[in-house]
Amino acid sequence: MTPGEPLIRWDWIASHLDEFAFRLGEHFELTVIAVGVGLVIAFALSLLILRAPRTEGPITWVSGTLYTIPSLALFALLVPYTGFTVLTAEIGLVSYTLLILIRNIVRGIRGIPADVREAAVGMGYAPREILWRIELPLALAVIFAGIRVATISTIGLVTVTALIGQGGFGFLILTGMQRSFFTTEMIAGAVLSVALAGAADALLVLLQRRLTPWTRAA
Amino acid sequence: MRPAIRVAIPFIVAALVASACGGAGTSGGAKPAITIGSTNFSEQLVLGELYSQILEANGYPVTRKFNLGSREIVFPALQSGQIDMEADYLATLLAFVDKTATGSTDPKVTAAALQKALTPKGVTVLDYAPAVDQNGFVVTKATADKYKLAKLSDLAPVASQLVLGGPAECPNREFCALGLKSKYGITFKEFKALDTGGPLTVQALVGGQIDVALLFTSDATVALRGFVLLEDDKQLQLSDNVAPVVRNEYLTKAGDDFKKIVNSIAPKLTTAELTSMNKLVEVDKKDPKDVAKEWLNKQGLIK
Amino acid sequence: MTLFGDVARWFADPAHYQGSDAVQTRIFEHVAVSGLAVLVGVLVALPIGLYLGHTGRFGLVAVNVANIGRAIPSLAAVALAIPIAGTLLGVENGLGFWPTFFALIPLALPPILTNAYVAVRDVDRDVIEAARGMGVSESGILGRIELPLAMPLVLAGMRTAAVNVIATATLGALVAFGGLGRYIVDGLALREYDRLFAGALLVALLAIAAELAFSAFERAAISPGIRPRSERSEDVARSGG
Repeated sequence: MTPGEPLIRWDWIASHLDEFAFRLGEHFELTVIAVGVGLVIAFALSLLILRAPRTEGPITWVSGTLYTIPSLALFALLVPYTGFTVLTAEIGLVSYTLLILIRNIVRGIRGIPADVREAAVGMGYAPREILWRIELPLALAVIFAGIRVATISTIGLVTVTALIGQGGFGFLILTGMQRSFFTTEMIAGAVLSVALAGAADALLVLLQRRLTPWTRAA
Repeated sequence: MRPAIRVAIPFIVAALVASACGGAGTSGGAKPAITIGSTNFSEQLVLGELYSQILEANGYPVTRKFNLGSREIVFPALQSGQIDMEADYLATLLAFVDKTATGSTDPKVTAAALQKALTPKGVTVLDYAPAVDQNGFVVTKATADKYKLAKLSDLAPVASQLVLGGPAECPNREFCALGLKSKYGITFKEFKALDTGGPLTVQALVGGQIDVALLFTSDATVALRGFVLLEDDKQLQLSDNVAPVVRNEYLTKAGDDFKKIVNSIAPKLTTAELTSMNKLVEVDKKDPKDVAKEWLNKQGLIK
Repeated sequence: MTLFGDVARWFADPAHYQGSDAVQTRIFEHVAVSGLAVLVGVLVALPIGLYLGHTGRFGLVAVNVANIGRAIPSLAAVALAIPIAGTLLGVENGLGFWPTFFALIPLALPPILTNAYVAVRDVDRDVIEAARGMGVSESGILGRIELPLAMPLVLAGMRTAAVNVIATATLGALVAFGGLGRYIVDGLALREYDRLFAGALLVALLAIAAELAFSAFERAAISPGIRPRSERSEDVARSGG
């Protein structure tokens, strides 16, 4: 901290709005790719677990272990192989979403009462139809809860990718640290990241309500 | 429709669109795109901006990859082509690339030795500037008074009671802990890895977590905080003039025009100019981008 | 010359067990800062969560606190903790342990608070009504009925807090703290990937150890009469409810 520096310099904030917008774009892009790809992979692995329950143990173990590796370490270990690229950041970010997404997709589908399935079979639904038209819609609430958590976590983790040359709001935090702990810049980075997480969460809740109108009473 | 797919589609589409938008730069005109890198302290951001902006002003598309880390990370990135160019310092880079080479206090000699070491690596060093930035070992006034320290030789008898703070690479570097030991016989009680002559190191010195700090001679903080820079009486530090290094692969693509543009900065970049730019960034909290732009304008290098 | 071989060699090197950068020192520092942060988290968040759960107030906030905590970028918490620690405790303590400790507390509080709240809310209302009817005091209800039944989920919250804190304590190395993050940060800076990997491995092992310990506590804490409910001792905070 430079002596005499106020906690927040509003003039600095006002003059850097375009930079904030630029970092928002980077942060958003990294997040969307991570959650999107994570969802696709988690979905595939979840189907595997549901069809072949024996795979649940190993899959959960791998995704759980990935989760315990500190994010900085995971990114740093990827650097010698994939460089200071978006790919490195994404491999790490996607890995962290897997545990929560798989867990929620599997739980959501398993949580459907057996009678519903039996009724569907009785009505003549084929197994694939049951999955797509009955199980997934009913599991959507739990799955969405997982997507929300994964999105918020990812937004937080994207800030760490600034340490391997990526951008986003973490860039502001890092450069703030390097400029004698320029609190204005660091706080800006932190607040913007939290705000983005809040906005993303709210949007996902709205999306969920649209997709599952029958749960609105809940 | 299958709600599950409805859920997934927006994400997948957004992901594809986002990754397409974030794709490679455009191929504007005849000037080849260049990626400029930098290590992780604020002077490097300023230098990176100087070269980036002067090239942009002359029609080169520039991708900035700043703040990548220490030279241990950035130089291999240069060799592998992840970046095409970075600003470095003659003697320190020479010691890094070739541990057996001897630099000198004469920058011309050092530059020649550096080029000799860089040629097998496919890298060329362009014109060096008068601006020099070397490792400086700094103590607080209180410490200087207590142990009667004015030059580095004064440290030798008392160093075993003192803690040195600097970048993580320091114990492996000839111009840092290694050289202090071999040239001055200085062995510290402990070494603390902090940052590259940045605010962590300054704070640790102020707070007493370290006794001796590695800061850079072009850093305005030393004067501002009333620290004591210990004189390098046995000339451990050699000529660390600022000089850009570029991949040969890029040079052949770019031609002489490129070299002329980049070299136009060197003659105007003195240590005083560099130090004042550092002060604007570190103390006055101006953005490196703006500081570089103002300086280039003032020097008449860009409009 | 595989990474695996290098890491094994790194662990076998006796020099890495001496001096200020010794493995045991770093592990101790890491456990100390993590343990203290979780302890403070428990002391502060647990009573609040239990109380809110018992009275049912501020439910929306209590449930979403976990999400908010997850949204705080740990890098920012660590960076901002420096001026905070410096101002509160003076410049001599403005680097290293204290900023790291302060930065970890906002990470430990949310899962503990949310889980405590949800766990107490989850207790069967009929049981509580019956207890009230029998004349048990409010604090008695909380202490002798709600808390024991809530224990597994509460412990699950502590488990999440512990694992998150252990992983994030690595960032302390960016503010001159020691701990296992030191190996990761220095290993990255020096491109000594054996050191980096050793650090990452040790942190992962520490986190897994914490997971296993808390999981065992959770299982032991389940009141015998309700054992089938053990399926629900899923970590609410982690799964997002």
